[in-house]
Amino acid sequence: MAISRAEVEKVATLARLRLSDRELDLMTGQLGEILGYVDLLSELDTTNVEPMAHPLDVANVFREDVAQPSLPRDAALANAPRTDGECYLVPAVLAEEQ
Amino acid sequence: MLGIATRTASQPAQRKMIHLSAIELLKRLAAGDMTSRELTQAYLDRIARHDAAIGAFLRVDAARALAQADSVDCRRRAGKPLGSLAGLPVAVKDVLCTEGERTTCASRMLEQFRPPYDATVVAKLKAADAVLIGRTNMDEFAMGGSNENSAFRPVHNPWDLARVPGGSSGGSAAAVSARMTPLAIGSDTGGSIRSPAALCGITGLKPTYGRVSRYGLVAFASSLDQVGPMGQSAEDCALLLEVLAGHDPKDSTSVDTPAPRYSETIRQPLECLRLGLVREHFGDGLNPEVEAAAREAVRVYESLGATVVDLSLPHSKYAVATYYIIAPCEASSNLARYDGVHFGYRAGQGAEVSDQGAEIRGADSSNSPASDSPLVRMYRDSRSDGFGAEVKRRIMLGTYALSAGYYDAYYKKALQVRRLIRQDFDRAFEQVDLIVGPVTPTPAFKLGERTDDPLAMYLFDLYTVSTNLAGIAAMSIPCGVSSAGLPIGLHLQSPPFAEERLLRAAHMYQRATDWHKREPAMT
Repeated sequence: MAISRAEVEKVATLARLRLSDRELDLMTGQLGEILGYVDLLSELDTTNVEPMAHPLDVANVFREDVAQPSLPRDAALANAPRTDGECYLVPAVLAEEQ
Repeated sequence: MLGIATRTASQPAQRKMIHLSAIELLKRLAAGDMTSRELTQAYLDRIARHDAAIGAFLRVDAARALAQADSVDCRRRAGKPLGSLAGLPVAVKDVLCTEGERTTCASRMLEQFRPPYDATVVAKLKAADAVLIGRTNMDEFAMGGSNENSAFRPVHNPWDLARVPGGSSGGSAAAVSARMTPLAIGSDTGGSIRSPAALCGITGLKPTYGRVSRYGLVAFASSLDQVGPMGQSAEDCALLLEVLAGHDPKDSTSVDTPAPRYSETIRQPLECLRLGLVREHFGDGLNPEVEAAAREAVRVYESLGATVVDLSLPHSKYAVATYYIIAPCEASSNLARYDGVHFGYRAGQGAEVSDQGAEIRGADSSNSPASDSPLVRMYRDSRSDGFGAEVKRRIMLGTYALSAGYYDAYYKKALQVRRLIRQDFDRAFEQVDLIVGPVTPTPAFKLGERTDDPLAMYLFDLYTVSTNLAGIAAMSIPCGVSSAGLPIGLHLQSPPFAEERLLRAAHMYQRATDWHKREPAMT
């Protein structure tokens, strides 16, 4: 199944990636080729086959509801690009920056 | 490479010891024939001499490694109890969090990341008194089969520097192969331990999903990722797996069953071993020398009393397509966390990773809606600068396959085929104890040979990905050398949680052959 350049642009927007014109062209060709290959699966009849999301039969794993030490704030903030010492700082969400 | 002591070359006796197996080294350390400092220094010298050409290590902290070695030597002299890897160097793939030390995943995104905690695997290595000799190179975020996707530098195969070591644990495989460490840790999402082990002529084991804790393993595809041991032999891998395996309350997918004492049972041969030879593994595209080596290995097993059963895994041909939907879907979700907020690279902080980012932003308009808030622009700029081409490709592929209108056609369909693949294995293991075959379709290819053709690169994984999809265990062991002097690997696959069987079978073969003792001719 081929993918159009416009679709690739839309996916890039969803994935929060910015692609240059050259990258868009390259990605359109490469994704098209890969999607063409994985289309192989469509020849299989999978009616009534239960999807397998995970190799183990996992269920919720519970522990006793006991308070345990958590990461100190300093350590949690230590890798952040910008903080004010208490919170993560991010650019404006709702409006343009001044 | 940082901090390698430029000391005078070690003595000849010390230079020789780096060729010994981990088991043998531990015996000599325990007997007092050598100290951990001498041994560690011998490996550090080896790294200093050879790694500039190979690129297996991203970082080596000689002073820290020697301090760990001294601590073990000191406690040994005092007669204090020591862990099961006491004084033995182990290299760790740069995908496992280590408290306070950079953990980069060979990505610009995490170039400065210093985790606030240890991965359980790292904590276990420390508790076993291993000497953490260095952090090994890899494909960025473990995505790749050639190690050319490292953001920092590619790894070269010690057997032929013009060739790739395989990936994504190529640094770990090359380091063991070049005898720059006796043991290494890798991770395997679709073959990332086994493929480099095969191409570098070493032994590697991908445990059953759930056997080893993933806590602190930087996530790529969470239903497929597993950490495992890499070494010269099955015996050495058994030793290391014994340290790694076991339930971890911090990983709810780690299985709460006791891990056997692999190193105690490995020397027991398996009687009446039934091996399955899969028709589909010997089809088009398999290099004749690889096929001949695998078939010869099967004859060795027959001479040891094994019986061979021809069988079919009818959904084999769908494995690569299934994998390259599921793994990118999981990756696109997992890597959404890299947003420039909590940790990792943020664009516009005065430390741009490349000029390319600025160029893209300048050139681009259609791809950035005017309605983007400054926050969204920061996300996009950070991710676009911080991720390399293969990582972006997989995020795009996964985002597409999970997007509205395509979810059923791709993701759900792939999950259904995944079950069919697992059922194939379940049926096969009713007839046989292990499945044997090739690990890779060819020996190591040349650097640059496939970088422009992602699909060709993906198809190189055709024998390994189904192991991860099914969640079973598998090993790669050396079984030959090609006419061009390149190692060839034998793939052994087992039912879930049969690592003990895998290791015993691998050891039977390694006792009868010496392929695992071959080393690259290092100049």
